[in-house]
Amino acid sequence: MSDIAIKIDGLTYFYPADEGTAPVDVLRGLTLELESGSFTAVLGHNGSGKSTLARHLNALLLPKGGSVYVFGMDTRMEELVLEIRRRVGMVFQNPDNQIVSNVVEEDVAFAPENLGVPSPEIRERVDEALKMVGMYEFRNHAPHLLSGGQRQRIAIAGVLAMRPKCVVFDEPTAMLDPRGREEVMGIIYKLRREYGSTVILITHHMEEAARADRVIVMDSGLVAMDGSPREVFSNVEELSALGLDVPEETRLLYELRREGLNVPLCALDARECAGALAKYFKKTGDIPSGSRTERNADGK
Amino acid sequence: MNCSALRGGAAVLKDITLGQYFPGDTVIHRLDPRTKILVLIVYITALFFAETPVTYALMALCLAAAIWISRIKLSVMVRGLKPLVLVIVLTSILNILYTKGEPLFSFWIITVTREGVMNAVKISVRIIMLVMGTFMLTYTTSPIMLTYGLELLMGPLKKLKVPVHELAMMMSMALRLIPTLIEETDKIISAQKARGAEFDTGNLFEKARAMLPILVPLFISAFRRADELATAMEARCYHGGENRTRLNVLKLRLRDGMALGLSAAVLGGVIVLVNMGI
Ligand SMILES: Nc1ncnc2c1ncn2[C@@H]1O[C@H](COP(=O)(O)OP(=O)(O)O)[C@@H](O)[C@H]1O
Ligand SMILES: [Mg+2]
Repeated sequence: MSDIAIKIDGLTYFYPADEGTAPVDVLRGLTLELESGSFTAVLGHNGSGKSTLARHLNALLLPKGGSVYVFGMDTRMEELVLEIRRRVGMVFQNPDNQIVSNVVEEDVAFAPENLGVPSPEIRERVDEALKMVGMYEFRNHAPHLLSGGQRQRIAIAGVLAMRPKCVVFDEPTAMLDPRGREEVMGIIYKLRREYGSTVILITHHMEEAARADRVIVMDSGLVAMDGSPREVFSNVEELSALGLDVPEETRLLYELRREGLNVPLCALDARECAGALAKYFKKTGDIPSGSRTERNADGK
Repeated sequence: MNCSALRGGAAVLKDITLGQYFPGDTVIHRLDPRTKILVLIVYITALFFAETPVTYALMALCLAAAIWISRIKLSVMVRGLKPLVLVIVLTSILNILYTKGEPLFSFWIITVTREGVMNAVKISVRIIMLVMGTFMLTYTTSPIMLTYGLELLMGPLKKLKVPVHELAMMMSMALRLIPTLIEETDKIISAQKARGAEFDTGNLFEKARAMLPILVPLFISAFRRADELATAMEARCYHGGENRTRLNVLKLRLRDGMALGLSAAVLGGVIVLVNMGI
């Protein structure tokens, strides 16, 4: 499938400025196309405009210049707003600030209720969404008594109940402990696998971005890098210049290369990294000075 | 550092049970929220008619039966009353001091009268029963259902251009944010105490000043949360009350009729008994 889910052309945006100061452009002529069914990670340091971009994808913000088309719909068309928001769900950073009810299933029902879905179908959608995120047994619980990861899963279910074609995650794991992060990432992969949804994941975690089809790096309101995770992470220097890290494994290979070892440029996870190192050592028969690090990588 | 004081601060906040809902599957939980709101209104009216020990006992019996049926723990009920102790003590003292009548004893310039003590007891019982009755409603009804019921009951006011849906939504979001803000207040208090702030010492003015470092961050955070919540609601297609449907459609059933009839009977009984002087 190569339909275009999102088409952004020359998008500029600025927030209303305080009196007496000129508004600063947060997005500066950004152009981007996202394929339907693709999984795109968006990276960029704080303030680079990631959230501002995300909010254009479901018409929470409207372009000051340029255009945003979502599944062929212009986000500036007022009468399409609900249609657009229904297609493009959005999960925010803090689950506490997006859950609307003190009862799980009532929260998940909120979006279909707003859309005027008939009651029996709301029930169907709520049950399906809760099962999808593995929170069905908790449907009658109070969210504030659940863990952070569970709350975020409920927030995701609340978005899935709209049956969106595309889901934008704006740093969904930033407030979670490692376990909660894993739960949420598990759901994102499942969403891709089972629903074939278009996923846009804004994140600070390189390991999360490494699993995407495509990585976009933003810098001061523009796309600074764009490519497969392998292509983007191979550029350690450029990433560092943009204030970003690379996955630990890639950093290890990068440092080894700088020491003069002929290892590949990039590895996206521990297994690939260990494999690359093993192959290298087999080929050269060399006992490197970095053998301790190799064992560490192997041990993972 | 005083750890028990730390825990103490948290405990008081945990006592605020407003907006709390204890999910369950009893008849009382299943009653239509409109019924529960109306029954509560009837109950409160009856409470104000009750004058005599017999009528108070009758009301207490009804309340006890409701608590028992709903399986809400008595300890939870009592815990909810704790923040009210000060109000009850103050009204009692005022009643004892300012009611004229047959003196029981007196010292200095204070005379305690029989009527004063009676009034104090009556008012205290009334406050306690009133609050417990209200708890029965909020503990057994989820905030969304509660506000849905209110919205329907106030529906006729829409003709008078009263923004009924908006008011109901505001109330439901306020109830939604209360547990979050309580949790947050707890965290801020702990953080300030860890830095050596003292909240339990000094005169009233000093105590009030000590609260400032709690209130300021709390307000800022409450506004930020409200703002984010509004954005998240919009992202989930919220656009006012037009064409909204509901997960659970409210329908009055036989049990609702029975509950209403029963409470009307109790109200009638109380009025008759009081008029007969029993
Ligand atoms: N509501 C707002 N009002 C004014 N300025 C804002 C607002 N939200 C974000 N900004 C500014 O826009 C820039 C980009 O912010 P944002 O899109 O949130 O970046 P990111 O999500 O990449 O951290 C920042 O400089 C930020 O200060
Ligand atoms: Mg952001």
